[in-house]
Amino acid sequence: MANTAHADHAHDHHDHKPHGLKRWLYATNHKDIGTMYLVFACIMFFGGGAMALVIRAELFQPGLQFVDPSFFNSMTTMHALLMIFGGVMPAWTGLANWMVPMQVGAPDMALPRLNNFSFWLLPFAFTLLLGTLFVPGGAPAGGWTLYPPLVLQGGDSFPFTIFAIHLMGISSILGAINVVVTILNMRAPGMGLLQMPLFCWTWLITAYLLIAVMPVLAGAVTMLLTDHFFGTTFFTASGGGDPVMFQHIFWFFGHPEVYILILPAFGVVSEIIPTFSRKPLFGYESMVYATASIAFLSFIVWAHHMFTVGMPLAGQLFFMLSTMLIAIPTGVKVFNWCATMWKGSISFETPMLFALAFLFLFTIGGFSGLMLAIAPADFQYHDTYFVVAHFHYVLVPGAVFSIMAGVYYWLPKWCGRMYNERLGKAHFWLSVIGVNVLFFPQHFLGLAGMPRRIPDYSTQFADWNMVSSIGAFIFGFSQLLFVAAIWNAVRSGEKAPQRPWEGATGLDWELPTPAPYHSWETPPAANILPKPGH
Amino acid sequence: MATTHASHHHDDKYYVPHDSHWPIYGSVSLFTLMLGLCGWLNEWYGPYVFVAGLLMVVGLFVGWFNVVIGENQKGMYNTQVDQSFRMGMMWFIFSEVMFFAAFFGALFYARQLSVPWLGGEGAKMFNKLLLYKDFDNAWPTNGPARVGPRDDGSFEVIPAFGLPAINTAILLLSGVTITIAHHALKEGKRSILNIFLAATFLLGFLFVYLQAKEYSHAYTELGLKLSTGIYGSTFFMLTGFHGMHVTLGAIMLLVIWLRTMNGHFTPQRHFGFEAVAWYWHFVDVVWLGLFVFVYWV
Ligand code: HEM
Ligand SMILES: [Cu+2]
Repeated sequence: MANTAHADHAHDHHDHKPHGLKRWLYATNHKDIGTMYLVFACIMFFGGGAMALVIRAELFQPGLQFVDPSFFNSMTTMHALLMIFGGVMPAWTGLANWMVPMQVGAPDMALPRLNNFSFWLLPFAFTLLLGTLFVPGGAPAGGWTLYPPLVLQGGDSFPFTIFAIHLMGISSILGAINVVVTILNMRAPGMGLLQMPLFCWTWLITAYLLIAVMPVLAGAVTMLLTDHFFGTTFFTASGGGDPVMFQHIFWFFGHPEVYILILPAFGVVSEIIPTFSRKPLFGYESMVYATASIAFLSFIVWAHHMFTVGMPLAGQLFFMLSTMLIAIPTGVKVFNWCATMWKGSISFETPMLFALAFLFLFTIGGFSGLMLAIAPADFQYHDTYFVVAHFHYVLVPGAVFSIMAGVYYWLPKWCGRMYNERLGKAHFWLSVIGVNVLFFPQHFLGLAGMPRRIPDYSTQFADWNMVSSIGAFIFGFSQLLFVAAIWNAVRSGEKAPQRPWEGATGLDWELPTPAPYHSWETPPAANILPKPGH
Repeated sequence: MATTHASHHHDDKYYVPHDSHWPIYGSVSLFTLMLGLCGWLNEWYGPYVFVAGLLMVVGLFVGWFNVVIGENQKGMYNTQVDQSFRMGMMWFIFSEVMFFAAFFGALFYARQLSVPWLGGEGAKMFNKLLLYKDFDNAWPTNGPARVGPRDDGSFEVIPAFGLPAINTAILLLSGVTITIAHHALKEGKRSILNIFLAATFLLGFLFVYLQAKEYSHAYTELGLKLSTGIYGSTFFMLTGFHGMHVTLGAIMLLVIWLRTMNGHFTPQRHFGFEAVAWYWHFVDVVWLGLFVFVYWV
């Protein structure tokens, strides 16, 4: 360690990188850790994507073709867990690692070693989880929502699932603490909170949600564990408990969790749309307040996932109305993005295309959410493919598209090279067509009554399932173009200028390209700080 | 750990720590610990792996904190780092609060909703008419099936104004002693600091000891176990996680005491002390919640 400790001082002055495996294992640099998060997320996206293709292959036709029902159920469960906890969440943390210090004018994250710890917990967590594919009884198959009593009937995979979730939870709590502390304590001198780019704002609020609800999930799964192994009866009526209680605790976590997945996307889109419209963001402050109100409301809407469990009428009314309230701040955001483009001189590079697709398609997901929020209607839609269509619209063209938009947008700053615009556009068009062919028909299937999480179905659903599966394969394989575009850029892309997008503002674009190993070694000068309310 | 350049880290300069093997070591140890637990629960080689993992985790805490304390003593951290540590600790405690909130939520849900419903209240009157004819809504309860260790399904509870009240007094007193110690630290009165800090962790361990006695009483004589229905579940999970936190807190206090005995901390800079003090107040407040809602009302 002696030589590295010496380098500690040298770091302050030079672009001195540690070498070899140690650079990654012992990393403390926000960019290295951010890269590891993003690569990890990418691997998980492909793993979870492969599972999704197993599901869609089985559903291509009615009847059982490829897998047996219990494996099918494992696939739906594992797909969701991988995509949520292994894909989207780490991808956002990776982007936060890269961008937050650069955007607030800091040299690194506030707690760099903790940062490395948060990352390295993840591969181990997913080793536990993926290991269940090989234990007796197979991988967990009771759904990512882990409802008892079903989940308690799992085989040997059960404790692995619980402890994997514990590790993921520790990882995200520590990661979130780091983001909060970086934003609150490491901002450049003179930079007020309302001078921060929206990506920092949305992540600040996301991190708060994470710290508030990940421990609740930990509590919930711990109760499952003791119910299974140690004779507690939290979720067993004969002992005075109630399985529905699990659903309440789970969704108290679960609904804020879906905002954890989407709020950073709002941030990314709020950076990209102004840049490519060459206009400042319309209604910056209202964006901040809208994000905060969404976060607040997300704590009091959870039982919209449970309208059919037999809640008292007053409960159904309350949760129906509070859920609908969320549409107001969400609408504020959508209108602000539209107003930002109004009379802008818009150009359509790949990041902007993805951001625009986000705007249209996320809004569709929001509307189907509103339909689901109507309690009497939800009695019909609940547990059908309509719900599947809803959450995939908000998650795939919502969260995942904006992750990809962010990667295309910032890649030149990260590696100093441009991606190939034709490759990017090809990726975009195939993705956007694929995703709609994949998920739009699922609305029809759901409205017609096709249940979710079922490997076989009645022949009346055959046509749209086939269409949906074709879309799935188009979408899935077109993601290889994403990898190709990144690979190509990093290896042989054109050299990028300091500000590759003429309309881009913010401290991240004031740094040289590629960004230096330690972002802001000395605080940025006051005259380059963003103006308040931009 | 060459730190000859430590003095260069003035407050006007950012500080970025050098790389460290502790995070990856920590991930491996937590993984081993949890793999061991899984194996144990699945009746495999778990206990050995678990114990190995546990030892590794202990090593993690000792090793990592040692590095941080050492660097701190050498003056490598500026006020900004100090502030980051403070904020980090605050938010960590907030996450702990939410962890307990889940279990308190379960308690309130059982008492306010699931048990009354099982007793046929409100719209759930058919529970009473058809399912559980001789189950009445009451607390404490181990449910309609009267699950628990005794054959007749009976069990007794620990009255609030016995040992629990004494334990409340102990924790409140320890809250006072640590505050006195803190003031002494700020005024540079080291011997008062040392004595009151020692008193604090001794009170902490006394609490844990009494709690252990209470548990063994419950298990051997009262028919009150983790498996005694919803009462036993909420009782032991809440007090158990709290007891674990007190134990950890008391160990942290002990470490801080050893450090003050070695002359660590100055009246101006003593984040480690304060972090532990905050943590201690946090377990104190949780206990008050437990005393009121688990033992008393
Ligand atoms: C206006 C905003 C939204 C409303 C009103 C809304 C409403 C709902 C409702 C009522 C359900 C339950 C449907 C049922 O199970 O019967 C639901 C499910 C779901 N929503 Fe949303 N939602 C909104 C936005 C979002 C966002 C932004 C995300 C994620 C990024 C999201 C992700 C999900 C997921 C994952 C589920 C299904 C969970 C499961 O059962 O597995 N929703 N939504
Ligand atoms: Cu929800």
